[in-house]
Amino acid sequence: MKGLYYGGPGQLAWLLHRVAGIGILLFLILHIVDIFLASFGPEVFNKLLFIYHSPVFKPLIAMLVFGVVYHALNGLRIIIIDFWPRMTVYQKPLWVGATAISLLVTLVSIVAMI
Amino acid sequence: MEVTVRVQRYDPERDAKPHWAVYRVEVEPTDRVIDVLHKIKAEQDGSLAVRRSCLHGVCGSDALVINGRNRLACKTLVRDLGRTLTVAPLRGFRIIKDLVVDMRPFFQKYRAIMPYLVNDEPPPPHERLQSPEERARFDDTTKCILCAACTTACPVFWADSRYLGPAAIVQAHRFIFDSRDRAWRERLQLLSDDEGVWRCRKVFNCVEACPRHINVTKAIIEVQQALLTGSRGLPED
Repeated sequence: MKGLYYGGPGQLAWLLHRVAGIGILLFLILHIVDIFLASFGPEVFNKLLFIYHSPVFKPLIAMLVFGVVYHALNGLRIIIIDFWPRMTVYQKPLWVGATAISLLVTLVSIVAMI
Repeated sequence: MEVTVRVQRYDPERDAKPHWAVYRVEVEPTDRVIDVLHKIKAEQDGSLAVRRSCLHGVCGSDALVINGRNRLACKTLVRDLGRTLTVAPLRGFRIIKDLVVDMRPFFQKYRAIMPYLVNDEPPPPHERLQSPEERARFDDTTKCILCAACTTACPVFWADSRYLGPAAIVQAHRFIFDSRDRAWRERLQLLSDDEGVWRCRKVFNCVEACPRHINVTKAIIEVQQALLTGSRGLPED
């Protein structure tokens, strides 16, 4: 019944930050599992690396790159705002900057992957 | 011009849950949303419940979710919304009827932060003087009209109704940074509670929603910094 609340860019920034954080956590769990498999020897480990090279996983890697860079840069945006409250008036351009850099880094990483 | 108005209706005595009612209304582009609601009430359905008082953006009675955003119905023009209007009550409060919500929890939080000047020093012969700079320190937060648009736009408040919320913090800021106030340390302690100022996630919905254009997030951060440093940055402290 409530429907979507159309907040400003700050709401989108916060939502993306949360989703990116959860995404990074999920990847971290997967990463801990694959590193743990190394303890069974190189054969088991190498066999399972195909997951990361599969076409299905590649877009996820690009999303992971975006998630990590965005989470870091938006985190910096929040830190800047927290330390210098006057910067609250620049929260939108700061968010646009953080998102633009994140997209750029993601694009470069996609090109590097191809 | 004719506009289509979707209004969230709910009568707890008759309805199991809220539902949308659709009205077609002939309005002027310069009409305000409150005028449209009045017209529906006068001409189409007298049972529509809506709260308003001054109708001039001062009393803060008619904050509503208008086209998905918290706005004052008396300050929002139809021409800025297009031909379809969606009007719903504020989120996070119990609906009494239709667009009227129970704001008692909101005002309980307001009262909790001691929203009055505390100074038990002997009064001077005329008045407690304050320099223009000292007055400017809390000028922004004096503008609050307690409409609850900020608090009910906050995702933290949606998830946890015990959160003090931006409006109460804004009101606390108004007195904490008043050079004449002597209870600012006590007020800061109230705000450092689990449900206090640290729950802010810098979403900025409060700033977007405020009809008085108060930089709410800045006020919240200033209170956080006063808590961290134990100082409000005034020379006499």
